[in-house]
Amino acid sequence: MGPRARPIIGVLALVAVACALPFTLTNFRLFQFTQVYVYAIAILGLNMLTGYNGQFSLGHGAFYAIGAYVSAIMMDKWDVHYAWTIPVAGVLCLVVGFLFGLPALRLEGLYLALATFSLALAVPQILKYFEHWTGGSQGIVLSKPTAPFGLPLNPDQWLYFLTLAVLIVLFWLGANLLRGRVGRAIVAIRDNHIAAEAMGINTSLYKSLVFGVSAAYTGVAGALSASVIAFVAPDSFDVFLSITLLIGSVIGGLASISGAVFGALFIQFVPNWAQDISKAAPWAIFGVFLIVFMYVMPFGIAGAIRLLWIRTQRSRVALSPEPRETAASQAPRAT
Amino acid sequence: MSVLLEVRNLEAFYGRTKALHGVSFSMMAGGITTILGANGAGKTTTLRAISRMVRTAGAILFEGQSLEQRATEDVVRLGIAHAPEGRGTFVHLTVEENLTLGAWGRRDRGGRAEDFERVFGYFPVLRARRRQVAGTLSGGEQQMLSVARALMLRPRLLLLDEPSLGLAPMVVREIFRILRTVNRDAGVTILLVEQNAALALDLADHVFLLETGRVVMEGPSEKLKSDDAIRRAYLGY
Amino acid sequence: MDIFIQQVVSGLATGGIYASVALALVMIYQATDVVNFGQGSMAMFATYICWAMLNAGVPYWGAFAATLAIAFVGGVVVERVVIRPVENAPILSVVIVTLGLLVIFTSIAGWIWTYVQKPFPSPFPSKPLKAGNIVLGAHDVGQIGVTLIVLLCIYLFFRFTPLGLAMRAAAHNPVSSRLVGIRVGRMLALGWGLASVFGAVAGMMVAPILTLEPNMMGGVQLYAFAAATLGGFSSPGGAVLGGFIVGVVENLVGTYVSFIGTELKLTVALAMIIAVLLVKPSGLFGTTVVKRV
Repeated sequence: MGPRARPIIGVLALVAVACALPFTLTNFRLFQFTQVYVYAIAILGLNMLTGYNGQFSLGHGAFYAIGAYVSAIMMDKWDVHYAWTIPVAGVLCLVVGFLFGLPALRLEGLYLALATFSLALAVPQILKYFEHWTGGSQGIVLSKPTAPFGLPLNPDQWLYFLTLAVLIVLFWLGANLLRGRVGRAIVAIRDNHIAAEAMGINTSLYKSLVFGVSAAYTGVAGALSASVIAFVAPDSFDVFLSITLLIGSVIGGLASISGAVFGALFIQFVPNWAQDISKAAPWAIFGVFLIVFMYVMPFGIAGAIRLLWIRTQRSRVALSPEPRETAASQAPRAT
Repeated sequence: MSVLLEVRNLEAFYGRTKALHGVSFSMMAGGITTILGANGAGKTTTLRAISRMVRTAGAILFEGQSLEQRATEDVVRLGIAHAPEGRGTFVHLTVEENLTLGAWGRRDRGGRAEDFERVFGYFPVLRARRRQVAGTLSGGEQQMLSVARALMLRPRLLLLDEPSLGLAPMVVREIFRILRTVNRDAGVTILLVEQNAALALDLADHVFLLETGRVVMEGPSEKLKSDDAIRRAYLGY
Repeated sequence: MDIFIQQVVSGLATGGIYASVALALVMIYQATDVVNFGQGSMAMFATYICWAMLNAGVPYWGAFAATLAIAFVGGVVVERVVIRPVENAPILSVVIVTLGLLVIFTSIAGWIWTYVQKPFPSPFPSKPLKAGNIVLGAHDVGQIGVTLIVLLCIYLFFRFTPLGLAMRAAAHNPVSSRLVGIRVGRMLALGWGLASVFGAVAGMMVAPILTLEPNMMGGVQLYAFAAATLGGFSSPGGAVLGGFIVGVVENLVGTYVSFIGTELKLTVALAMIIAVLLVKPSGLFGTTVVKRV
């Protein structure tokens, strides 16, 4: 069994566990995990842009909202089957994201963050303004899809598997993208923009494309959430959503694929734990969690795991009498 | 003549990379020592080690006091001024403000007016530009400002990192002339890092040569200047 | 015309609030490259402390001064205790910590003082001032006065005192500052202390208008972001000017453009910002940083 096989087996094991969950958990817990997968997809989108490509976005909630509303409007007004709304939302957000990425090229770190922050702030108001389409403040009520082909699954179980499947496909695609030439180009642009340009990378094109793909991922997540929650309303897509996604991204680990899952788990469950600890000031507890996490793991959960892995590898190298080649082939893979 | 600075088995690290591998030397008060060597030999690192800007192992003693546990600010307050590589001027502040800050580390802040006079005496061009923003000065002027700022501290030890870098030869000769004056009149001990070996050997009385983080040769500068074989082998001329 | 002047003055008054918070944000940003998302929350907390003192019978200006002192100490403590441990962490990680501060201060204020809105007194008379046909609120004028006094003091401090000079140096170039013996860590803590003072002033001036509650400074902080972005985060003067401009434009747009209700006012402010950024990507007065490669 070569060194490459181990992570793949690990992932397969996790997927197996994930598939078993719907038959062991309550519907509510299942709903929570489905929500985790949705957030994970959204956070991976944000990770691509902010972690791998260094463009700070404090406004990804906007793409989430676009995806959700596109899906909701298609289902509500045009009776489109929910499954088709997901790729449509993805493609639409890809285009919108790319178009947004073009002017964003001019903005440096902080100013890009503020520009995206401003857009995120405007989203609920814009949604309420176009009442005819969006149903205004009342939002749009949807119905949960039932399992197709007469499968013996209740709607919550079916949505869980659907979301899990989309997650696996998108993560696999994302991993291939980010670990290959494209990923290296994207990271090169983050680390040294000018050098990347000098090496022949079309930085403007790449940056806008990453914006587009990143928006597409988050838009798909939004579209999924419309079905999962069966309801969309403007106030669910306020700036707090964008901040939550950012928190998930940083806590999970910025330039990391597995980090998206860790981050999603954090933003889904830790607020509940905070509430269990203190009914009176739950957000204070959440704030303490945030601060402590950053003290202990400034590079996020995935970053901490990576550091631990490197340390164990190093001690293994120090102790083993084998020549250096073996150590190099056992080098840690990007998580 | 007492030992002002003593360095024993100094190692320095940038992250996990070791840049100095056990450097040892000592400097007498009032002397001028120069560190020579190729790029990457560890010259700047040695100065940074003394200023506590890098992680080190080994002993650094200034007038008998150990520096290893001190922060940069505290080392400066002991009387060690460092004109760093790249000059380190406060480019947004005026010449006058830069010089005022130079005296910040001094225990007795009085007598600043005299210090200004003294420093302007050494570098008249700075007096002419005293209200100008430092970033608008030429390279040579900024180098003078860097040295002047260091002198405002009334240091006992002056660390200079490549003062000749990127400057016209006439400007460099001027600066070196002033360094000689400062050493002679104010008794400031100077530790100079230089790539321009000829100029440095002219100024310094003691020299040591670094090669990839180790001292490979040391001795009086006269000896190095006069011994053709050594000079050609290590300095290439 | 009279209404115009009244609205401009009113706008300058709120603009002064935005300017104070924007200045706080820019001060910390210049020294650390971090935007303190918790600035508004800390200001709100300081205002509550003032409220508590006023409730206990302390006269207004005494409570005001005491609050400034407490805010200063609070800012210093927060920097040393909460921010210092992560000062070498990636920027976004520190931003997350400031978000933590935001929720902690808001939540604790809500826990101690509840979320019920509380009236907060203004030290200025309620009788409006009349200049010809123009009617100006005394609080507005007083607010502008207080803001200008605070800004003037800070300007003098930074420009003419040695400590102010050292703080400026430490913010721009910490490495060189250490090399002249400046204790950069201490300067950073002082910077946070001063930023908290600006925030507290803004909080106490705006509380009579917005009424005191834990989320009071949320909108103000957003406008302050807009102001700092407009002026350029690298320019304290720009941030202040940006604050006044945002205040005036917000007021004028709200008055003269009919379909913009209160809800869309913020969107207009933000649209303004984005428009500025597209034309001048680092703000009106910001300097583009030239980096050597």
